[in-house]
Amino acid sequence: MSAPLLKVEHLTMRFGGLIAINDVSFEAQKGQITAVIGPNGAGKTTVFNCLTGFYKPSAGRLTLTRPDTGRDYLLERLDDFRITKTAGVARTFQNIRLFAGMSVLENLLVAQHNRLMVASGYSLLGLIGWPSYRAAERDAIDRARFWLDRTGLLARADEPAGSLPYGDQRRLEIARAMCTGPALLCLDEPAAGLNPRESAELNTLLLMIRNDYGAGILLIEHDMSVVMGISDHIVVLDYGRKIAEGTPAEIKANPDVIRAYLGEDDEAEGAVA
Amino acid sequence: MAVAQVSIGGNKLPLTPPLAALKDAVVVALVAMALAGPIVGLQTVDRGGQLTVDLRFTEVAIAIVLVFFGRLGLALGERGLVLPAYGIGAGLVVAGFLLPWPAGLLQVLAIAAGVALVLRSAAGQFGVYRAAKARVPTEEDDAKAERLRRQLTLGLGGLLLVAAVLLPMMPFANSYILDTAIRVLTYMMLAWGLNIVIGLAGLLDLGYVAFYAVGAYTYALLSKDHGFGFWGALPIAGLLAASFGVLLGFPVLRLRGDYLAIVTLGFGEIIRIVLLNWTNFSGGPNGIGSIPRLTFFGHPFVRNAPEGVVPFHQLMGLDFSPLHRSIFFFYLILVLALVVNFFTIRIRRLPVGRAWEALREDEIACRALGINPTNTKLTAFAIGAMFAGFAGSFFATTQSFVSPESFTFLESAMILAIVVLGGMGSQLGVALAAILIIGLTEAFRGLAEYRMLVFGLGMVLIMVWRPRGLLAHRDPTVLLHGKKGVK
Repeated sequence: MSAPLLKVEHLTMRFGGLIAINDVSFEAQKGQITAVIGPNGAGKTTVFNCLTGFYKPSAGRLTLTRPDTGRDYLLERLDDFRITKTAGVARTFQNIRLFAGMSVLENLLVAQHNRLMVASGYSLLGLIGWPSYRAAERDAIDRARFWLDRTGLLARADEPAGSLPYGDQRRLEIARAMCTGPALLCLDEPAAGLNPRESAELNTLLLMIRNDYGAGILLIEHDMSVVMGISDHIVVLDYGRKIAEGTPAEIKANPDVIRAYLGEDDEAEGAVA
Repeated sequence: MAVAQVSIGGNKLPLTPPLAALKDAVVVALVAMALAGPIVGLQTVDRGGQLTVDLRFTEVAIAIVLVFFGRLGLALGERGLVLPAYGIGAGLVVAGFLLPWPAGLLQVLAIAAGVALVLRSAAGQFGVYRAAKARVPTEEDDAKAERLRRQLTLGLGGLLLVAAVLLPMMPFANSYILDTAIRVLTYMMLAWGLNIVIGLAGLLDLGYVAFYAVGAYTYALLSKDHGFGFWGALPIAGLLAASFGVLLGFPVLRLRGDYLAIVTLGFGEIIRIVLLNWTNFSGGPNGIGSIPRLTFFGHPFVRNAPEGVVPFHQLMGLDFSPLHRSIFFFYLILVLALVVNFFTIRIRRLPVGRAWEALREDEIACRALGINPTNTKLTAFAIGAMFAGFAGSFFATTQSFVSPESFTFLESAMILAIVVLGGMGSQLGVALAAILIIGLTEAFRGLAEYRMLVFGLGMVLIMVWRPRGLLAHRDPTVLLHGKKGVK
């Protein structure tokens, strides 16, 4: 087997005396959906923030291997925006962060900023309407159109993103992340607040991204119908430590996981400092 | 509008609306009497070393009567009796103009109160009318409104442009009007430049005038000491101002909101104070005088040119007129301002323009999309500063004198006020606001010290009625389905 898309080794994150993540290691493969689950406060979002450069980890190594070029990137050493720009990691947020005042289409074009910036000759060619820039902009719009079509938002492309219903905003955020052309897509609770029908649509969309587009997906989710339905691999965190890892069937049967979710043990004492 | 507030329960007799309004007005007048009596009514005067107290009961009485009628009108209007409210408002205005007032302030207040009353009643009536006609707007209504809005914007913009081009040819265009118009256009250019920084990129820059100063002093020093012409100095001034923008921006752009505002405010003051104190370099408080005036491509606007130089009026075969220079300056600043305008309109549609707006909306999301926030903000800062530098050069050549006094914080505040009142990010709104603010303060010059009062009142009114600025509509930079309402 080739190198994994993402290799997390001994990741540790401390906030003062609080250890939010304690020596967590796992891998995520290309063309697979890897879910990170765990009770509230288990450190799932912190893992994401370390991966996407919003936090600098206290210790550990995060290696991303781009399948298209085969190059390795050490994410813990990159600036947050470079992680998306060069290493190809895109993310969505637990509380949706769209550009609410801008139109849906503009949101998707902002996501293709780096490519367009080069095409516009850092604005110089763009200012005079150079043909190569126009072609690049048409390409960008076509890409946006493709993802709008896939997320069912094509009809609302010219409306302000903030005026979309909640479920549409969730999908738009995924479309926007996909427009950056990522090798790894990190989704922070994409099904939060969705009704069962919207959850089912989300599953279809994520499976499409995995199967047709071939990106790796890393998923934080509480909605077990989503997690168990589409994940290829599940990592369970509790109080900052990895307590289990495996396929959905293995996780369902794991006594540690059941204990963590039902809380019959008091492991809590040591960890809540 | 609520009709007749009637208190049920208790032993209180319900008052009819006019009586309730009257009661309200009497109460407010009594409060005014209690307050104004001692504060306004008693004035201490120094008479030959002795302190005596003068009584000014006429003024107090007039003020109380004013308050009474003003409140009565307001209360009547609120109770749905719009006609009497109109009457009282009109009465106040007429009285303001006709009666012999003991103090100018009272007169201004009477007129302002009357106008406010009439407007308020009209707004109330309009609201009722609109509420009665309200229904859920259909798709077609939206398209129609959208089309109307677009036509209005285009029409108004075109009208302004034509008016500007024709202005110097009008018979009433004397040097006062042209100078005022030049001032308006200079502020418009500055405001359009600041609009890139504040309106698009959302960076609150309170020291914008510093870059204006850099441009002005660059031109002054280059032309006086190094013999540069205007066109040679212009790009240098712009570049220098832009590099100051980068210099300031690099360390401070990681700050957000209020913090950035305070640092830029400080930067603006630092530049001014350096210019004030570095006498060898900038002439200190005396400034730099006799800066070479701009010539018409080598032909000066003077009656008698020195040997070997053909003045402008001879070149054109005209009689000498001091207006020629003003007209030339007017068209020059018009062109400069329009360049800024078209540049902004175009760059908004480029990736960098969209990234500015995206940064304004959500910086964290931008980082997650791979946009380098520092570089993007720096570009906005530098471009805004560059345009201020251009405007500064123009200012130096029209005035032929620069001193630190022209670059106080008040100027920054004025430019900021234009941007905010115009509607952040709206080009036409900023143009209208520049005309309103500079034009109105000029028009009310006769009111002397009260004109700032009118200025403040105007700002408050705009902020109450249009809290997001005169024109706050944002057009998407790119459309997938084409324009609404256009077949």
